[in-house]
Amino acid sequence: MSSSMEALYQQVILDHSKRPNGKGLIEVSGPLAGESHQVNPTCGDEVTMRVQFAQDPAGRKIVERVSWEGEGCSISQASLSVLTELVTGTQIDEVERLGETFRQLMQSRGKGLDEALEDELGDATAFTGVSQFPARIKCALLGWAALRDTFATSGVLAEATATTTTGRATSTPDR
Amino acid sequence: MTATDQATAATRLSTAELAAVRADFPLLARTMRGGRPLVYLDSGATSQKPDPVLDAEQDFYVQRNAAVHRGAHQLAEEATEAFEGARSAVAAFVGADEDEIVWTSNATAAINLVAYAMSNATAGRGGEAARRFALAPGDEIVVTEAEHHANLVPWQELAARTGAVLRWLEVDDSGRIRVDQATSVITERTRVVAFTHASNVTGAVTPVAPLVAAAHAVGALVVLDACQSVPHLPVNLHELGVDFAAFSGHKMLGPTGVGALYGRRELLEAMPPVTTGGSMVEVVTMTETTYAPPPQRFEAGTQMVAQAIGMGAAAQYLSDLGMTAVAQHEHEIAVELLKIAEIPGVRIIGPTEPVDRLAVVSFVVDGVHSHDVGQVLDDAGIAVRVGHHCAQPLHRRFKVAATARASASVYTTVEEIEALRESLGTVRAFFGLT
Repeated sequence: MSSSMEALYQQVILDHSKRPNGKGLIEVSGPLAGESHQVNPTCGDEVTMRVQFAQDPAGRKIVERVSWEGEGCSISQASLSVLTELVTGTQIDEVERLGETFRQLMQSRGKGLDEALEDELGDATAFTGVSQFPARIKCALLGWAALRDTFATSGVLAEATATTTTGRATSTPDR
Repeated sequence: MTATDQATAATRLSTAELAAVRADFPLLARTMRGGRPLVYLDSGATSQKPDPVLDAEQDFYVQRNAAVHRGAHQLAEEATEAFEGARSAVAAFVGADEDEIVWTSNATAAINLVAYAMSNATAGRGGEAARRFALAPGDEIVVTEAEHHANLVPWQELAARTGAVLRWLEVDDSGRIRVDQATSVITERTRVVAFTHASNVTGAVTPVAPLVAAAHAVGALVVLDACQSVPHLPVNLHELGVDFAAFSGHKMLGPTGVGALYGRRELLEAMPPVTTGGSMVEVVTMTETTYAPPPQRFEAGTQMVAQAIGMGAAAQYLSDLGMTAVAQHEHEIAVELLKIAEIPGVRIIGPTEPVDRLAVVSFVVDGVHSHDVGQVLDDAGIAVRVGHHCAQPLHRRFKVAATARASASVYTTVEEIEALRESLGTVRAFFGLT
């Protein structure tokens, strides 16, 4: 087995793909709920994701719970699992930032990112090896695309951006 | 040795001939990641190209490049001769006459050409002669569950444009088209029967004769998707008696960017044009235009001359090898390929016996997604296709989202299939399954 294969199929990825987090759709309701269906037309991978958002005590929108049902390769399934773990309980502007960091990781051609950024991604850094295989990047991004789409279908992103924008004006000194 | 064995031996490729064939394909000599030799088992998607094809394209640009069918200079004459010579070679290769072969950009375009010509006839274009192509609400178009999207979606669209109804023959559990349903599905309302000659997923070869008989008995046109058959089997379109057939250059050792539509002469003569413009006209005034006879009527604009010449060279290359020998060789590869069913956890989607099937074998590995199967094989230098192979309904029929597919061509060796089997045997263990 070549080293790039070992980098691609790290044990953490294989473990997540066998025992994925968040698999099995939950009922979501209210205005703070989003659903997305994504397909990868080249390989037929499919995912349906439902996300329940909530408001934390400070009034910020957070991802309360992620659930999904899908069929796909070990990379796509593990990525969905890791994503579920990573974003549950996280503020959505932070989730957007993590998603952007993950997309950067996928463009890194196997080189990875700065240590600080990788630390934030946690288990998701295990997907560094995927970025060496251009045909597999879409697999790793399928869940992230679905998650982003749930922001749009729920409308929570527009609200969050508005909150963040107004919030920024007052909280800039803290940053 | 029996008489049959002797006949087989006389027509198959000898070891030396196969080695000579492989030497004609420069790409086959390259190595993959880690210096591994390439085992190319994705010829069903696109074939590799032999030197005579590459040389023919190169020679055209180096020696003969000029606009065809116009210009009075010597280069134009030579270019036209090479272009039309390629048409003759392709026509001869598939048992058609040269004016029955229309160049298209690919096989998908060829099928769409027929579907859009029918739309135009439905809109009244082409006059009385084209009325046989016109559809009315309630008319029926028959396809099959085994079709590549290229021979399904254009008919869905034609039905949507004309009010015709799409019906289909199912496939059985071995992946073969249910020809027994022909008499109930193909009726007096049927105007078109479109089906694949050989499935790009299951490898099953369709018995053409009963479907042609059923279609013609009710006056329906037969459109054959011959993309997978023409590169691998002796095909004679006149003998098959189909009305139209589509096939592509790049799957039959030729270049991309070129395919062909075969149409029976009297049908092409009656069919209205689809893409209009230069090169396909007779007389043009500010208000109206008369059209050139086929095949030029369907070849508007500058054609893919170099690619057509390459496709002609590919037809010649295969003709020189002899399609009986090619088919016999690939039959032996199919026998080897089907042995993957002996590997624990491997299940073939399609006929498991090497009878009336091509060396195109799609399979699933229990518990491992096809994309992951393909990755393990790729690590051993083995190229297979993964996914739904542009045949989602067929995959849905077998309740699988995706399969891996190994497909051979004339240059495939038994040793390459042994390499596939060996590597495939490691897949489940790699993913922690036993």
